[in-house]
Amino acid sequence: MTLKLEPLGDMAVVATLGSAIDRATLAAVLHFAEAVAAAGARGITDIVPAYASVTVFYDSSLFQDAPGGAYEAVCRLMEGCAKGPEAAPGAFGARELEVPVCYGGEHGPDMELVAEHCRMGADDVASLHSGADYLVHAIGFTPGFPYLGGLPEPLRTPRRDTPRARVPAGSVAIGGSQTGVYPIASPGGWQIVGRTPLALFRPREVPASLLRPGDRVRFRPITAKEFESWK
Amino acid sequence: MEIRVIHAGMQTTVQDLGRRGHLAEGVPIGGAVDPVALRLANLLVGNAEDQPALEITLTAPELEFAQDAWIAVCGARFEGVPAWRPFRVCGGDTLKFGPRLQGCRAYLSICGGFAVEAVMGGRGTFLPGGFGGFEGRALRDGDVIRSVPSERILSGHWSIDERILPQYSREPTVRVIPGSQAAEFGDALYTEKFLVTARSNRMGIRLEGPPISRTTGEELVSSAVAPGAVQVPPDGNPIVLMADAQTLGGYPRIAHVASADIPLLAQVAPGDAVRFTRTTVAQAHALARAEEHRLALLRQGLAEKIKKA
Repeated sequence: MTLKLEPLGDMAVVATLGSAIDRATLAAVLHFAEAVAAAGARGITDIVPAYASVTVFYDSSLFQDAPGGAYEAVCRLMEGCAKGPEAAPGAFGARELEVPVCYGGEHGPDMELVAEHCRMGADDVASLHSGADYLVHAIGFTPGFPYLGGLPEPLRTPRRDTPRARVPAGSVAIGGSQTGVYPIASPGGWQIVGRTPLALFRPREVPASLLRPGDRVRFRPITAKEFESWK
Repeated sequence: MEIRVIHAGMQTTVQDLGRRGHLAEGVPIGGAVDPVALRLANLLVGNAEDQPALEITLTAPELEFAQDAWIAVCGARFEGVPAWRPFRVCGGDTLKFGPRLQGCRAYLSICGGFAVEAVMGGRGTFLPGGFGGFEGRALRDGDVIRSVPSERILSGHWSIDERILPQYSREPTVRVIPGSQAAEFGDALYTEKFLVTARSNRMGIRLEGPPISRTTGEELVSSAVAPGAVQVPPDGNPIVLMADAQTLGGYPRIAHVASADIPLLAQVAPGDAVRFTRTTVAQAHALARAEEHRLALLRQGLAEKIKKA
């Protein structure tokens, strides 16, 4: 595995493992993140996988006496972790989660716009969106927010020109070639096609994020009535 | 002990030194924007350095104390309130702050600490997520917040050596480590002065200056960001991410602020200006070490002044 290492300020080292957003890169990212976690080094505070990178945060005071300094020490540790066996292709995605979604209407204020853009009916958008298999490429932006890959090409819709100041928690949205779910209310520029009653982020549970990178996700259409009775 | 919030101020939240270990779940580090001021405020009243304190932003609250208490206020300075030393408030007294004299954020600690529960390993308020601190939100008029009783005995009438304090300024020069996309930008970040805009908050300080242009329009694949990252969005106005920074970002990173200089940025207010100068990772670590050394000296000195009952 080839690693490109560079500093994120004085607090972390970024390992870039590729440039593509695809399954093979994600498999390599998760494999490497696990290897760093398994090394169990004191002074490593956070390991953050994303599309094509793993960022390792460290406490520099715990690497003070390392030859060459803390940054060099963490780089050496990461290079060591990259020497193990390569990730087997498709050796992830063991977990599959179903996310119920009430499409359109008051829960999907941009549904009509998306349907028009994609030159199809709102029902077709819902069935295409819920018929696909998605892969969680990263968790971030807001707590528990999954960046999902696998949006069917006909559903690609540009982001809104002006982001909304507040997107309600649970909103399911499309942004370009990606789709995702807003776990907490936040500003957002993606097109909202529906809403889930499922809590994707629960600060008082462990883990707090329902999803993690590598998970497979499917959306299941539900009615407005089912949405209401969920709580 | 109860403390009644008569007026809450612009944005007063409970903060500590943040959460670690949850970045992969999208949860920011959070905590005090100026961690050094919070640590000093706690040390001055004999608390552990990571105890929750009140983070006061631009306009101060008015607080009524039910009983006698030792408190300290560090960071931004307000008229009529002692700075950088513990002082006693009496039961029934209302603490009023005069106009702001310097800085943006003050930290009010109380001997014993504020009583709030930990959520995800932190007691600071994460406003966008609505959790942590006092009911997951900023204080409002009429709230009653509690402190943990303490029998500690303090003495007043002294203050700490000014040389130990952060060198706050309305026009600080902040040391930065070049970022991943530094080569795609010219020298503008280091030659120009940038104004702090009113759209700054706990997530980031939004600056304005001559727009910084990038030599490529290439879109980046999102990866981890953290407090201190200096991002340049397409409009060319840099944003320095602060305590509540989102965990992943896709804007080009021109630079990253040395951790030791974060307090300087935490204390700039809208209308102030910021300049940047280059440093290296090794120098930034040395600065952080020097800061820890200063704090260690202060801890030793304070041990004489604060006694366990």
